[in-house]
Amino acid sequence: MSATDTQDPNRRDFLYVATGMAAVVGAGAFAWPFIDQMRPDASTLALASVEVDVASLTPGMSLIVKWRGKPVVVRNRTEQEMKDGEAVKLADLKDPIARNANLPADAPATDANRTTPGKEAWMVMVQVCTHLGCIPLGQEGDFGGWFCPCHGSQYDTAGRIRKGPAPENMAVPVFKFISDTKILIG
Amino acid sequence: MSEGHSTYTPKTGIERWFDARMPLPRLVYDSFVAYPVPRNLNYAWTFGGILSIMLVAQILTGIVLAMHYTADTNLAFGSVEKIMRDVNSGWLLRYLHSNGASFFFVAVYIHIFRGLYYGSYKAPRELLWILGCIIYLLMMATGFMGYVLPWGQMSFWGATVITGFFSAIPLVGDWIQQLLLGGFAVDNPTLNRFFSLHYLLPFMIAGVVVLHVWALHVVGQSNPTGIEVKSKTDTVAFTPYATIKDAFGMIVFLFVFAYFVFYLPNYLGHPDNYTVANPLKTPAHIVPEWYFLPFYAILRAITFNVGPINSKLGGVLCMFGAIAMLFLVPWLDTSKVRSAVYRPWYKLFFWLFVVDAILLGWLGSQPAEGSYVFMAQMATLFYFAFFLIVLPVLGLIETPRRLPNSITEAVLEKNKGGGGHPAGATAAPETKG
Repeated sequence: MSATDTQDPNRRDFLYVATGMAAVVGAGAFAWPFIDQMRPDASTLALASVEVDVASLTPGMSLIVKWRGKPVVVRNRTEQEMKDGEAVKLADLKDPIARNANLPADAPATDANRTTPGKEAWMVMVQVCTHLGCIPLGQEGDFGGWFCPCHGSQYDTAGRIRKGPAPENMAVPVFKFISDTKILIG
Repeated sequence: MSEGHSTYTPKTGIERWFDARMPLPRLVYDSFVAYPVPRNLNYAWTFGGILSIMLVAQILTGIVLAMHYTADTNLAFGSVEKIMRDVNSGWLLRYLHSNGASFFFVAVYIHIFRGLYYGSYKAPRELLWILGCIIYLLMMATGFMGYVLPWGQMSFWGATVITGFFSAIPLVGDWIQQLLLGGFAVDNPTLNRFFSLHYLLPFMIAGVVVLHVWALHVVGQSNPTGIEVKSKTDTVAFTPYATIKDAFGMIVFLFVFAYFVFYLPNYLGHPDNYTVANPLKTPAHIVPEWYFLPFYAILRAITFNVGPINSKLGGVLCMFGAIAMLFLVPWLDTSKVRSAVYRPWYKLFFWLFVVDAILLGWLGSQPAEGSYVFMAQMATLFYFAFFLIVLPVLGLIETPRRLPNSITEAVLEKNKGGGGHPAGATAAPETKG
């Protein structure tokens, strides 16, 4: 055995560290595909836009379309529902953010900001409770908006959370009117 | 107690041959025949054996059901109905499996409450207790995923709500939820992975059960007095005494189980789950399986924000915290006396806790409206107060009753007081010796 072998750090130290590093990197690289495969796959991610014909909706009527596996409600609100929505003070809201994907992230949750300009009667909204993902029932509850039967969250006529365990207003997805009677969601 | 040397002596040539190569017969003999158990164990101690037999039964019926089940959102509901109508004896196997899950939980809750009542978690049995808590967690995960497989309305919406818990985690919550679901909502990828994991987890439970039994055999069983075994007269041999007592307990338990399977097979289920899953319509009233109801009530009780923690995260934290309490019990309880038999105040609070847990279960089955919410909040408060205030404080201020010097003394004292036993009673294990 030559003298160099006993000096620190020696070849054995190098082999220990190198083996350890290879094991850590190898274990990580081996573990990753097992986690990666759990993520939404390509077919799930290929989210198509949905075009909705809303010509048949008179005030007070709603329809529900499926988008990304979730229900999106399109509601033509009544005069009274709009008035109720506008009358609410921002200070009374549990979640003061509009949660409208068409607006900046910090837009306040006014009735107008929950809809789209010029089409304030129309609510387009992912009808999924922001608590734990149930589908709220329309035109029920203390605020005349939506009521979640699972854990009692109550939303107003603009889909804003007013009472119960849900933390946020229901989400408004990216959408636009491509004609007077057609909406493109997504 | 297993520290004592083995008393196994191989009698036949085959036994000697095995003993020299792989002493499995010796392990079985030492663990289940000669193994000394406290002579005063009551029927509350038979639930360990009952749980073992329920685990085996669930695995057996489950493996057979998997031969007829299809994990696909378009086919799952139909394949379960096919099991019920077309598969020979399929209805029986499915009812055994679905009610078996409920009775597995009945047994585990009695087992856990027995541990709480008699202070079975105290040193040196902390690790034994924690392994039990891990088994309970795995059981909950298995039960939850199993309930999703028939792909009924409750399956779907239960899965939606429970995976929704994870979206409450700040920053990474949505990513984790999508990782669990394999999409943006509960769908085919979710059903497939739940089926795979539902098949895996029972075997993991079996693994932890082996550790649980191992730990039990190192520290020995606790007993109703909570006094450690001090001499040979405090114990009897596992076989025949514990074996026969366990067997009798199992038979009685299985009679009740069979009554449900044959006469009330859907009593513990929910009619909504006989409607195929519809992602666009939530049932009017979502409830989980009965064995999750107390935790469900705690989840829904948090309707208010606390500082930076919103009500949703708060509810999820309280729900997981309620289970986490169990893990901490060995260190929360400051009393030097194990058994509630000698702790008058603890006995009172224990029964209040049992009532509270049942009340929470009932509240979990009611709609989250009106006075139910307030009642659930009060019951949640007591649930946490029991662990975080009563257990630590009571141990410091309570004056326990006088403890007997040994298990033998406790047994003899009790028999003296009773008097006039029928002759046959002398054959009972606790009066031997």
